[in-house]
Amino acid sequence: MSAAAPLLDIRGLRIDLPTGAGSATAVHRVDLALAAGEAAALVGESGSGKSLTARSVLRLLPPGAEVHGELRFAGESVPGMSRTRLREFRAGEVAMVFQDPRAHINPARSVGDFLVEGLTAARGVPVREARRRVEAVLQEVGIPDAERRMRQRPGELSGGLLQRVMIAAALAAEPKLLLADEPTTALDVTTQEEVMAIVTEAREARGLAMLFITHDLELAAAVCDRVVVMYAGSTVEELPSGALHHGAAHPYTRALLASRPSVGDTASGLRAIAGRPLSGFEVPAGCSFAPRCPRARDACRTDTPLLRAAGTGTSACHYPHITEEAEQRA
Amino acid sequence: MSTAPAPVLPSAGRTPPVRRRRLDTATLAAAAVVGVFVLLALFGPLLAPHDPNAVDPLGVNAGSSAGHLLGTDDTGRDILSRILCGARASMAAPALVVLVSTAAGTALALCAAWFGGWTDRLVSGALDVVFGFPGLIMAVLAAAVFGPGLAAPVIALSIAYLPLVTRVVRAAALKERSLPYVSALGLLGASTPRIWLRHLLPNLAPLILVQATIGFGYALLDVAAVSFIGLGSQPPAPEWGLMVSNGAPGILTGQPQQSLYAGLMIVVLVIAVNLLGSGLSRRLPGGAA
Amino acid sequence: MLEVRNLRKTFGDFVAVDDVAFRLEVGGSLAVVGESGSGKTTTARMIAGLEQPTAGSIAVAGKERGPGRPRGAGRRARAREIQMVFQDPYSSLDRRQRVRDAVAEAVRLHRPLRGPALAARVDELLDLVGVDERQAGSLPRALSGGQRQRVAIARALAAEPQVLILDEAVAALDVSIQAQILNLLAHIRTTTGTTLLFITHDLGVVPHICDEVLVMRSGQVVESGPVPSVLREPQHDYTRRLVASVPKPGWKPRRRAQPPAA
Repeated sequence: MSAAAPLLDIRGLRIDLPTGAGSATAVHRVDLALAAGEAAALVGESGSGKSLTARSVLRLLPPGAEVHGELRFAGESVPGMSRTRLREFRAGEVAMVFQDPRAHINPARSVGDFLVEGLTAARGVPVREARRRVEAVLQEVGIPDAERRMRQRPGELSGGLLQRVMIAAALAAEPKLLLADEPTTALDVTTQEEVMAIVTEAREARGLAMLFITHDLELAAAVCDRVVVMYAGSTVEELPSGALHHGAAHPYTRALLASRPSVGDTASGLRAIAGRPLSGFEVPAGCSFAPRCPRARDACRTDTPLLRAAGTGTSACHYPHITEEAEQRA
Repeated sequence: MSTAPAPVLPSAGRTPPVRRRRLDTATLAAAAVVGVFVLLALFGPLLAPHDPNAVDPLGVNAGSSAGHLLGTDDTGRDILSRILCGARASMAAPALVVLVSTAAGTALALCAAWFGGWTDRLVSGALDVVFGFPGLIMAVLAAAVFGPGLAAPVIALSIAYLPLVTRVVRAAALKERSLPYVSALGLLGASTPRIWLRHLLPNLAPLILVQATIGFGYALLDVAAVSFIGLGSQPPAPEWGLMVSNGAPGILTGQPQQSLYAGLMIVVLVIAVNLLGSGLSRRLPGGAA
Repeated sequence: MLEVRNLRKTFGDFVAVDDVAFRLEVGGSLAVVGESGSGKTTTARMIAGLEQPTAGSIAVAGKERGPGRPRGAGRRARAREIQMVFQDPYSSLDRRQRVRDAVAEAVRLHRPLRGPALAARVDELLDLVGVDERQAGSLPRALSGGQRQRVAIARALAAEPQVLILDEAVAALDVSIQAQILNLLAHIRTTTGTTLLFITHDLGVVPHICDEVLVMRSGQVVESGPVPSVLREPQHDYTRRLVASVPKPGWKPRRRAQPPAA
């Protein structure tokens, strides 16, 4: 991490969600820092709390959710923001792109109206200037016939094109941080490549930081500088993308890598992890991965491990896997 | 986008472990009231303190007293006894309407949803035509043509209520039919009757029950209205709609008790049934929270 | 085992599947790979009999599958030819039926078993797919996606089909669960000799349970052949593009073409 205060600083984040009787903890402990212009991926399976963590940055949590711990953007506490400040923050400093773009755009209004209004209403940009900017940013995300597209309604666009529109909307606001919550999960693999290439180019051109939420470790490592792995509501490992394949120290990260089928594989069995991923609501005492972990010992079932340096990154494991190669690099 | 901060629930994360929604107090109270009315329909005559048709020329239009808790009507009959004995007649006719329209409507809906194509077009087209005729007018018309009594209005209302049931059940059956488990059963070689009776109907039953409950409220009002205008139950039968009508002149002369109490029974039951229906519908999958 | 010839499906003017043909040997395993709109699912549904082909023929073990839904014994005989597992584990099971009952219902359609003999066969199937006693007594809502998919596989196997179609059967599952189900399918293939037809959008899962692959685009087959050669030396531009789009170590996303018209 650089010496300057990080752009996004999350420390000891805990999120409690309301249930029928009282509340339950969905996110137990997330520690994450992101410098300006940097990209980090938050990787996890369902129930890991990765989406909730991303949403908590914009305070887009379900009603009744309680956030504990520290969550700072450029040094400013996000939970402490006033309503006015929060609106300003959402409109100009952090933008979010979701997995299902259709659920986040009014189907009855044209794409152009949606994009232009984002600038005029929330940021007070004059209409003429807003149109010019929107057209430019549409070109940038690979939509060449911007004028025609702006007259169309969301229903007339394919999923891939609509996601580009959403990315354009995010970029047009000139934010400092982009939150991308599984933006390509619903897309075809060839479209995913296009969309991720566009995001990467736009980020590099603007020095835009990104928190990328995904379940796909390979994709995460390909488009981000660092990978943060979450399991059952906690961050369990953080490491540079380049070290993912050889330097992963947490058994969960290693198991995820081994269970992901890949094109280059031969027809051998996959090393599957027994059991199913736990959600934050059902974590046992000790390490949440212990019930599925082949390396688990007695201590794992009683003491909750915290993130500490292991190999090339940090890992929340009592008995991290440290390869010689990783040690040499570290 | 960030510019449109819609508070959406997390999509990927699991929802917290919420216990199965319980029925709220209003729905439970409504169910209790409906239960009491059902008991009245079953045992009303046993509870009646007097013969409901015994006239008393000396005690007409009496107010409440120890002998006549709710007073007497214009011929001196005990209003409480007439309300208790009338419960069955007042509720049986609308119940019959709901039973017939729900059974027939469900069958039509399943056929339309399952076979699709021209069956669906025929059923939907015919029901659109029926939907054009208001139930009450058809019931009145039927009574006028076939003579007074409840038989003709009940048949007319049963037909008039068909579209309501059929439309809702058809839409749900279409959705259910498109689920892969139904395809899987077909591929396994399960017969159509088996799929309908063992799988589709049990899954649609809660919705059908809710529809029937709501329909009962409407039917109760419609049957009472037919009796009120003199085309349904005939005097001296103790029926609530008829009693409201009989007691109407009394309202002007300061003896509203007959219309008031009979009307109150109708209103309370309709409100309870509607509350119960909407309470139950909230528990349906996809129902409002 | 399975032979498909000149299969075609049109919806109005739209051609969803155009002249698809392939042969699948006994005990073989074929992957049909394609992106959305490729016609892969329509092809699978036609083969299963859930969709009527506009033209073409489908034969299982040399026996032509006629149109329409046969009655009685004919219907059950057809069920023993082909079974299918669907993508969405959440609606693949009747939500009111306990897992054990769902499998028992499928078994009884095909074997005249009752009492302990029926229970033994149900246990055998649930054992094969790795569903334990407690889960067997639960309603689907108490099970995770992976467990439900196991039950759906057990139910399909109850008919002892010659061909099992898996329509994106692991697409909705978590990565760690995907691996479990893929291993299970490979195990089932070796122990029961069932012929597999695996419909997927994900090239990564193909090498693990398939020998042959067929790549579809816009309703047509663009390339087919043994898995190792197609994935390592794809001949068609589209296959090459598809293989190149899959994230892998050292991969970086690149813009390759203009966006498609929509």
